[in-house]
Formats: sequence, structure tokens, C-alpha cells
Amino acid sequence: MSPDFLIALIMLTNFTLVATSRINKAIQVAVVQGVLLGLMPIAMGLGRHPHILFMVAAAIAVKGWFIPFLLRRALRHVQIHREVDPYIGYTASLLLCAAGTGLSLVLAHSLPLKVGTTPTFLVPAALATLFTGFLVLVSRRKALTQVVGYLVLENGIYLFGLLLVEDMPVLVETGILLDLFVGVFVMGIVINHIRTAFESTDTRHLSELKD
Amino acid sequence: MAWILIALPLAAAATAFLVSSPPVRARLLPATGILHLLLLLVILRGWRTVPSGAWLGLDALGGWVLLVISVLFCICAFYAPSYLALRPERDHRIFSVSLLGFLGLASLLAEARHPGVAWVAMETTTLVTAPLVYFNRNRRSLEATWKYLVLGSVGIALALLGTLFIAYAAHMGGVEEPLQYNRLMQEAGRLSRPWLRAGFVLTLVGYGTKMGLAPLHTWKPDAYGETPGIVGALLAGGVTSCAFLALIRIYAVMAAAGEDRFAREILVGFGLLSMAWALVFMVGQVDFKRLLAYSSVEHMGILVLGIGIGGAATRFALFHLAANALVKSVLFLSAGNIHRSYASKQLPHVTGAIRRTPVSAGLFLLGFLAITGLPPFAPFISEFNIAATALTTGHVLAGAAFLLLLAGIFLGMSDTVLQVVFGTPSPQRVRTPYKDTAATTAPLIVALGLALVLGLWLPGPLRAMLDSATATVDGTAAPTVHLAEVRP
Repeated sequence: MSPDFLIALIMLTNFTLVATSRINKAIQVAVVQGVLLGLMPIAMGLGRHPHILFMVAAAIAVKGWFIPFLLRRALRHVQIHREVDPYIGYTASLLLCAAGTGLSLVLAHSLPLKVGTTPTFLVPAALATLFTGFLVLVSRRKALTQVVGYLVLENGIYLFGLLLVEDMPVLVETGILLDLFVGVFVMGIVINHIRTAFESTDTRHLSELKD
Repeated sequence: MAWILIALPLAAAATAFLVSSPPVRARLLPATGILHLLLLLVILRGWRTVPSGAWLGLDALGGWVLLVISVLFCICAFYAPSYLALRPERDHRIFSVSLLGFLGLASLLAEARHPGVAWVAMETTTLVTAPLVYFNRNRRSLEATWKYLVLGSVGIALALLGTLFIAYAAHMGGVEEPLQYNRLMQEAGRLSRPWLRAGFVLTLVGYGTKMGLAPLHTWKPDAYGETPGIVGALLAGGVTSCAFLALIRIYAVMAAAGEDRFAREILVGFGLLSMAWALVFMVGQVDFKRLLAYSSVEHMGILVLGIGIGGAATRFALFHLAANALVKSVLFLSAGNIHRSYASKQLPHVTGAIRRTPVSAGLFLLGFLAITGLPPFAPFISEFNIAATALTTGHVLAGAAFLLLLAGIFLGMSDTVLQVVFGTPSPQRVRTPYKDTAATTAPLIVALGLALVLGLWLPGPLRAMLDSATATVDGTAAPTVHLAEVRP
């Protein structure tokens, strides 16, 4: 599999994510994206380094299994299946996502790459994924969907990190995964508290504080 | 040796988790705080000898920031047992663990010599402080926690991307791993400019969110408003200082690369915007804890403005970090006492506090006067000198705007503060059994005293450290020098 093909698939998952209203499906899309991301280093021909293989395994385990497991468990508890009435509608989200992807291409164009870097679409894809995650995070009401958005945002950063994966110590890479894991874990706990306090995970209830 | 500053609070956090007696656990906080401060003072004598390739070590800049945080932690820790005793209904196991964990991670951040390590420390700091925001366990604090966590995490994610961008700038320039700050600064000329600039903007937005610079501060009034005063003090003086340190380390790389003009323009813009935004929300603010949160937004603005103006203002921005932390602890802790006494933190209910809690209300008033720049308190020194530097080094517009905003903020804050302290007692007021005691006011008096001393006299060793820290931020001095080279 060529890395550019994987990148194209990752961009597709971005669009699927912003167009979906079912929370379960959003989690599924995040799983697919996580696994695709996890496979990227191998597609880029970096499989010869043992520490990168370790990272591949860790990324797939955390992004493809553990975090979705936590999210699904939370989902079962709250008995909510749909994102109803998001702040930004699905069509508008799709258009914004497309605009963001275009903007990422323009932005990435002004950032020079080291000669001989493959795949060349890594930087725009990373920025587009980051943007998609951010979009989901700010435009959805349910805490769970917001966490999925955060996950995708982190995926974008992870994708960019691949440019540096050969030169970065494992410490920093595992740091990224660890923090992602802990972040989602703590958010999971807070979601649980939101559920018990409000009998739902709709963040619309979280709007008492204002000036 | 330096690792002990990280290990000690983390070990204390583990102990706090295991201890089952609440009073014993509460006393662990001041014990750890004072031990940390003493160890830090011993270790700081060697701040000039950080080896160039080390992953951890205290240079002047990290040492200065950690000293501020450690003193602040001590003030809060000595206040904590009496505060926690007032709230016997709340289990404070997680609270104590989080407080101590924060101190350990702040030490890690101050000692980190690598942007990746610093980032990990900053992220973990966000996570351990989230349970502190949720201490009151009601709907409002839950909302504040969620906002704090989500916005903080997004900010920190952008900071990570910025850090990776800077790593790529180094990679493009052929700078070898590992990318310690020292190496980045020494070889700054080789970094790829577009990546460095983009990386700086991302880290500014990311760490700026953690600091609470406008317009990325929206979590701040909610988080500071809903937490106990002690957490507010630690967030406003500690967590923000951590984020500021992480940011100026990156700024130092920019300065060393000769890109400081670009960086400074953005910093001045963010600084003035934060102050103006804070002013707008301070006018007519009825909630005095939210008022303090906006004051924190303002002072974060002053910090980056000082760095942005550069020259002598850099030194006073670093000095302001200490001044702000000390006075903010007085303000938040006294506001917490007043809140406790009235069971409210809003204006129509809380008026004339000087009669019910004279010491806390007096401290609140003095803290307000100090933070808005009344001489001879420490904030006056930094605010005056930042303004003076701006006006004399060609930033006339920024300097004039700075002075105008300071005056406006003084007026905006004074209305609410004076009503809280001197207003006619409202008929709706609630009486609670809380009374000022020595234990809930003495730490505040010490903090205010320190702010007064710093305003009048900066001890020689601190002065030397501050000078060296300034040189690091400016990118003018090699960040690490050997003992023999700098002996007078």
C-alpha cells in the first residue's frame, strides 16, 4: 500500500466523520482512522526500525482499540445514539471541512519540505485532519462527540509527527500516545459525572456560566 | 540532584493517596511545600552549572519560575489545612494528590531542557489540575471543568504541533538530535524560517490558551470562578506561570534565530488585546471571583506585552511573574475567605465585608491596590518599568495604550472591590459561622509582605538570577555557561 493511498483514505474518513450524526458511527470512523494512521509508518517504509514497529503497535492498540472501547462503554451507559441539532449542521460542516482541506493545501504549500521527503501530502493531510477534529469539537453538542473530535485533532498531529518519526526519540512519541490516552480517560470520567449530574451528556446543559 | 524536586512532590502525592486520616493528609501539603522550597534554594546555588547536553536541569530562567511557583505553593499549602478543616464534608484525597502532583510536574517543566519534555509536563499539569476545578462537585463546577479540560487540551495539542514544527525546522536545517533548548539556541541560525515562524505561532496559541490570553481565555472566568480560592491562586499564579515559561523558551529560540521582530509584534498585539478584553468584562462585573479571573487575563497580557516590547521590559516581565503570583494568591485566598463568610461571591449579596471579616477584606483591598500598580508593591515596579521602556524605545503607541488600559482597569475593578469591602451591608446577606482566624489569614499576610519586600528590595543572588534569565530569553547569552566563566 502506498502512503499516498492511505492518506487519501484518511482524508475520506474526515469527511465521513463530519457528515455522520450517529455517535456510534463517529466512533467507528475514528477507529478506522486510527488504524490507518497506525499503518502509515509501515507504508512509508519505516518498518525496519524496531522502535517504530513498537509505535505502530501502540498506536493501533490505543487509537484502534482502547480509546474506542472507553468511548463505547460510556455510550452504552448514557443510552444516547444520535447527535441531535448540532451547532453547525451536517451540510455546512461538510462544506467547512472541504474548505479547511483546501486551506490546508494552500498553507502546506508555503512550508518547504526537506528534499526527498515522501509522501508529499502528509503535511496538508495532517492540517486537514487537525481542522476536522477542531470542527467536530466546536460544532457538536454531545460530550462524547466532542471527545471524538479531540481524538481526530490529535490524529492530525500524530500524522505530522510521522515526518519526524525517524529523528525523534521514542520518549516524545510515547509521550504523545500516553497523553492522548490519559486525556481521553480523564474526559471519560468527566462525561460520567456529567451523565450523573444531568442524566444526559448534552453539553447544552453546561451553559450556566456566563457574563 | 535536580530530579529530587520532581520526585519529592510526586512521592508525597502517592503518600497522600494512601494516607486515610484527613488531618494528617492535609498537613502533608505544607510539609512538602516547605521541604520543596528549601531543597530548591539549596539546588539553585548551582544554577550556573547545567551541563549542555542534560535533559533535566535548572538554569536561571527555569529556576526563577520554579522559585515563584514553589513560594506560591507554600503559601497555598499553609493555607490549605485550615481551609480543608472548614469543609469536613468534602473528601480531599484527590484534591491533595492533585495539588502535590501539580508541584512535581511544575518542577519537571521548569527543569525540562527539551521542548518535548516540557510539553509532556505542561499537558500533565492540565490533567492533574482538572480535578481541582471540580472540587465543589456541583453542576457549575462540572461545567467549568469540562470547559477547562476541552479548551486546555486543544491548546496543548496546538502547542504540541508547534513543537513538532520547530523540530522539523531543526531537521530541515540539519541540526542533530536531541533538540535540547541549548542546541536549538546555539544552532538557531540554521533553523528553517517558515517552519520556525509557524511553530512559534502555534506554540503561542497553544500555551497562550493555557495562560489564558484573550481571545483564548474563555475557560478562565468559569474555572477560577467555580473553584475554591486556593485553587484559583494556584492556577492564576502557578499553571499560568508554567505555560508562560514553556512559551518564552520557544521565544528565546526565535530571538536567537534573529526572528524576534516577528515574534514581538505578535506578542505586543496579544498583550494589548488581552488587557482590553479583560477591561471590557471587568466593568460592572458583579462576581468578584470572575473579576479576579479577568484580572489574571490582564496580567498574562502584561507578561507577553513586556516580552514583546523587549529590552529592559523583558526583565520586568519576568519580575512581574513573581509580583503577579504573590499578589494573586492574596487576592484569591482573601476572596475565598469572603466567599466562605457570605456563602456567595456576587455583589448584591456581598457588601461591607470589612465589618464582618476585617482582615480578609483589608487584604482583599490591599491586594487590589497592589495588583493595579500602587507603589511600593512589586507590581508597581514591573508595570512602571514596562511602560517606561515602551515609551523610551519607540513603542510609544503600545506604551500609551498600556497606560490607558491600566488606568481603565483600575477604575473598572475599583467599583466592584470597593462595594465588596465598604458597601452598605445588603438585606439579602447570609450569615455563616466563618470567622477570620490566624490560620486562614497569616499565609496571605506573608504573601503580601513578600510582594512589598520585592517592591523595595531585590536580594543580590535573585538579581543575578533574574539578569541571567533575561539574557536567556533575549537569546543574547548562551543558555548554559560554566561556573568559572561568570564568576564576578
